Amino acid sequence: MNKVNITIDGIKLYVPANYTILEAAKEVSINIPTLCFLKDVNEIGCCRMCLVEVKGSSALQAACVHPVKEGMEVFTHTPKVMEARKVNLELILSNHNASCQTCTRSWMDCELQALANKLSVDMVRFEGENKKLPLDVGVSIVRDPNKCILCRRCVSACKNIQTVGVIDMVNRGFNTQVGSPFGMPLAETPCVNCGQCINYCPVGALHEKDDIDKVWEAIYDPTKHVVVQTAPAVRVALGEDFGMPIGTPVTGKMVTALRMLGVDKVFDTDTGADLTIMEEVAELIDRVRGGGKLPLITSCSPGWIKFCEHNFPEMLDNVSSCKSPQQMFGSILKSYYAEKNDIDPKDVFVVSVMPCTAKKFEAARPEMEVDGIRDVDVVLTTRELGKMIYDIGIDFPDLGDSDFDNPFGNATGAGVIFGATGGVMEAALRTAADLLTGISADNIEYEPVRGLEGIKVATVQAGDLTLRAAVAHGLGNARKLMEKIESGEEEFHFVEIMACPGGCVNGGGQPLQLSDVRSWTDVRAERAKGLYTEDRGTFIRKSHNNPAVKKLYKEYLGMAGGSRAHQLLHTHYEARGNYED
Amino acid sequence: MSNTCANCADAQVKAQKLDEIVAKYKDTRGALIPVLHEAQEVYGYLPLEVQRVIAEKLNIPLAEVYGVVSFYTQFSIYPKGQYQINVCMGTACYVKGANEVLDKFRTRLSIDVGECTEDGKFSLEACRCIGACGLAPVVTINDEVYGKLTADDVDGILDDYEAR
Repeated sequence: MNKVNITIDGIKLYVPANYTILEAAKEVSINIPTLCFLKDVNEIGCCRMCLVEVKGSSALQAACVHPVKEGMEVFTHTPKVMEARKVNLELILSNHNASCQTCTRSWMDCELQALANKLSVDMVRFEGENKKLPLDVGVSIVRDPNKCILCRRCVSACKNIQTVGVIDMVNRGFNTQVGSPFGMPLAETPCVNCGQCINYCPVGALHEKDDIDKVWEAIYDPTKHVVVQTAPAVRVALGEDFGMPIGTPVTGKMVTALRMLGVDKVFDTDTGADLTIMEEVAELIDRVRGGGKLPLITSCSPGWIKFCEHNFPEMLDNVSSCKSPQQMFGSILKSYYAEKNDIDPKDVFVVSVMPCTAKKFEAARPEMEVDGIRDVDVVLTTRELGKMIYDIGIDFPDLGDSDFDNPFGNATGAGVIFGATGGVMEAALRTAADLLTGISADNIEYEPVRGLEGIKVATVQAGDLTLRAAVAHGLGNARKLMEKIESGEEEFHFVEIMACPGGCVNGGGQPLQLSDVRSWTDVRAERAKGLYTEDRGTFIRKSHNNPAVKKLYKEYLGMAGGSRAHQLLHTHYEARGNYED
Repeated sequence: MSNTCANCADAQVKAQKLDEIVAKYKDTRGALIPVLHEAQEVYGYLPLEVQRVIAEKLNIPLAEVYGVVSFYTQFSIYPKGQYQINVCMGTACYVKGANEVLDKFRTRLSIDVGECTEDGKFSLEACRCIGACGLAPVVTINDEVYGKLTADDVDGILDDYEAR
């Protein structure tokens, strides 16, 4: 690798020639302040917070985009630099709707506030224009343009990473804002509700639609039997809301906290995941053996489903008819569980805690009900659960561990790894291999489908079948893979797609990690590690061996893919236009 | 189609022209702005349907297309009127009271800058300096130029066009 000599604040460095000044400074523990910068996502130098002096250059330079050069001399804290940064920040603040006390970011960290603190802004010398633009409130996502600081990170996440591209910079000058075409609400655009925009927003301009009050209301309604299900990815991220290291598994503490909130039962969505595997593998074997449409594509990720409905409507027959684990489990809770426990299904109130904003949209889809009874009543994001725990003063890190309630508390390792990209594929392969050979395989870790490469391909022998499998995560990767499948360039039997980069662990409802952390730590990998560790620690690691699931089929559902299973656990999709009336 | 109405035939001709424009620039990088220019020449403005076609054929997100359209005052998402009113907001016109003249047009026609009256007769634009500073404040309606205006002159001018 080519390297160059540079000097930063008098410190001599020898750094790779493709470094920016920001990266070089990081090597000697100098954190140049940034606001719009997010490594690999948004590197455009528009906020001017990272200005530095470069010897020989008349203008100040943006460290996040300025490349290093042999012999370069950089100064990061001269009076000129400090004043310029401060003025720029004051100008941003002068237009910002600083209703900090009531802002969603007040209990998490706000990057703008942190920066004002870091640059010692003690007053804003300018009176800017404070507009009162209407909020865009959807089922999943809320946009508040009055708090937006125009950093463009959300635009980049939506357009470049997800290739959804429903928001961009619109208008000009003081009227510039992040908006959708013709000022449409996101609900009228092909937005898939993935919430990646929220994950990257430095302020409170983007957040999930808050459904916390509905849950409190149900908890305090004596007629309601409140049942909570928690998705796998939640347990390796919730602790972050309370300052715990990224990816710390907090399953036991989470269950304790949920009980303290006053809910009646705490179950594990992993049971739903195991059910999904049973149904999806049955569907896969059926299609492979019976000459059905291939590849079979997973349907767990509601962001992906809506993306497919908008962008690949002609491929919808390839998508598994299985409901997602959340919806399957909700449906079982309102039928089998209610019947078993002699509770009127109308009184069972199912709350899902999900790493995902699109799950709110999914639960609200009209078809997600059986006989007029909704599968899931309220979806909370991991952040919202964190907020509830925080609100009532629970000292989360100090909590002891509790177990999930039975009968749906002993899920498998297969269900746990659903939260990471490749996890659904791996779980399915574990079951498919056993079912096709009739032998319980010992070697069950499928390394080729793990990890963070955008598109992963594997060939797996399961009994007499040779299965070609592909895994994509992040919708940009999904689009590439789908185009290859559509054109016939690649052929697969089974394809897993997750809307969010890294899978659910990096979902749009997960605890926020600030850009200072996100730029230099792979949040996705840290959280996935937690899941794979938990998988290894579970007694049962294959979905078809889950005793609760076995019992459920025996007592209630009949066989996987059977008619009752179809009524409760399967769904259908609709082609959606792009901005059509 | 023998029973096609005049409007539909016109729409088909325009749609075909738009296809030709997009096809011409399909493989050119940075083609969005010239395509928008030519499309606006055909349609007179750039409504959702037109921007959607451009976005789809050039493989650019509609939000980005709309972002560009909304950035440049040259582009309009509203149809132009039979009479296009341009109020010069250059420095000389501005200090001589162009703002009041513009406001008078706004209230009289009940439309905002960039919009068109419902009957399609008038559209209103605020433009940059048109180089007739000696006549400030100055307004053009199609090809006619009106100079040294005050807000009080607006009613008379519009009455005249209404009567045409």
